[in-house]
Amino acid sequence: MMFTDFFITVGHRVISCMSFFGGLSNLAAQTVYLTFKPPYKWQRIFEQAKKAGYESFPIVALVALFIGFIFALQTAYFMQRIGSEIYIASLVALTVVRELGPVITALIVAGRVGASNTAELGSMQVTEQIDALETLATNPVKYLVVPRFVALSVMLPVLTLYANIIGILGSYIICVFKLGITSSMYMHVTFDALLYKDLFTGLFKAWIFGMVIALISCYEGFNVEGGAEGVGKATTRSVVFTFIMIIAADCFFTALFYFIFP
Amino acid sequence: MIEIRELSKHFNNHQVLDNLSLDIQKGQTCVIIGRSGCGKSVLLKHIVGLLRPEHGRVLVAGKEVAKLNPLELDELRFKISMVFQGGALFDSMNVADNVGFSLIEHTHIAQKELAERVEESLHLVGLSGIGNLMPVELSGGMKKRVALARAICIRPEIILYDEPTTGVDPITADSINGLIRSLHDKLKVTAVVVTHDMKSAYHVADKIAMMYQGKIIIEGTPEEIQAAKDPVLHQFINGLSRGPITESIGNSR
Repeated sequence: MMFTDFFITVGHRVISCMSFFGGLSNLAAQTVYLTFKPPYKWQRIFEQAKKAGYESFPIVALVALFIGFIFALQTAYFMQRIGSEIYIASLVALTVVRELGPVITALIVAGRVGASNTAELGSMQVTEQIDALETLATNPVKYLVVPRFVALSVMLPVLTLYANIIGILGSYIICVFKLGITSSMYMHVTFDALLYKDLFTGLFKAWIFGMVIALISCYEGFNVEGGAEGVGKATTRSVVFTFIMIIAADCFFTALFYFIFP
Repeated sequence: MIEIRELSKHFNNHQVLDNLSLDIQKGQTCVIIGRSGCGKSVLLKHIVGLLRPEHGRVLVAGKEVAKLNPLELDELRFKISMVFQGGALFDSMNVADNVGFSLIEHTHIAQKELAERVEESLHLVGLSGIGNLMPVELSGGMKKRVALARAICIRPEIILYDEPTTGVDPITADSINGLIRSLHDKLKVTAVVVTHDMKSAYHVADKIAMMYQGKIIIEGTPEEIQAAKDPVLHQFINGLSRGPITESIGNSR
């Protein structure tokens, strides 16, 4: 009996997982198609870009600055023991630009903008506003998802670029004002360590993360069932799935780039 | 104008529509009555193409809704408007943008003409001059009337009303009934009204159809319905707690 229950539970989970990825792929295909299909509603894209990019900048900047501080102090702990403090600059630059900048920015935006997208679309779903859009001959994917998709896929690389600069600035402050490394030496070692491919791979991942956040948050919003409780559950699910997918996509693309650009 | 033939739909092992058939003539106001949750709103959603039938078909102006491509469906939706139970006004827009939504999105109408059309629609529902208010600032009755203004702004041939008088006070309900009747007289639209409010049904209907167990069990003019002897209809229109409807629920449990 216990075995039967176990297999039933596993079966339900597998079906629900397949249904999630099937629905998500369907939404992704529709969104990409409708993104390139006129008419283009620039005003709605700019509104979403302001919400996702401009309004997220202060929190992304603050967190990136702290990450820079923390990372410099933690690496200094070991580097001082082996007398290689100067390499803190290169280590921080590479880690922030290739990994921490895109991932931390994506996680912040997923928590801030992704959750808000799911809650907003979920509320529209339970109050029949999405049905109303359809009856007014307006495709909900074109009207609601495409602007968020375009805005997030453009603004996440931009925010990541800022996060990279501010993260390195945080490390610079610690290294120059606390550890006694000269400013010119810090800058020299940083730019010496960084290659264009490091910047490119980081921004490419940010672009992918932007699309992942937009699609999962909108998909969960569209599939809300029930009332306020359903919106709450969908928002939680959206943030959790987005975090998992960001880390999984990061792992996949890091491995891919490692082998493509060794 | 609207032909529904042997329509079936089920959700979660529950047969909501079961070979339901109904005809609604052009210019007619048909009221569909039935208990809450009996599938009346599901029927409306089939007419406007929000749901696809599992079996059977819905024809609007001679076209089968489920077989239309997205472009044809959008064209059809310019002829049909739906007034949702809670209004379904867009929270992020003011009343004027809600009412003029279709014109803003799908036409190149001049601002002046748009403002006139919006104001005219609001005037028809007795809410002139509230275009700048946000939906959150409106009462339940006002929301329903704004939703009605949004529905008539595109000059539809058919209006579908989902529980237009539910959740509003009797005076507002009466004014909404008056509006439905006057829109029918002024704009000559075909209307389908879903309700369980019998006072509303008698007020607005040219024809009343009773839905029960996924089917239309009886239809006729308000006078014919009032005179009918069907025990299910009798229990429903008189609001009796004992009768075949409640007995069948008891038996199924």
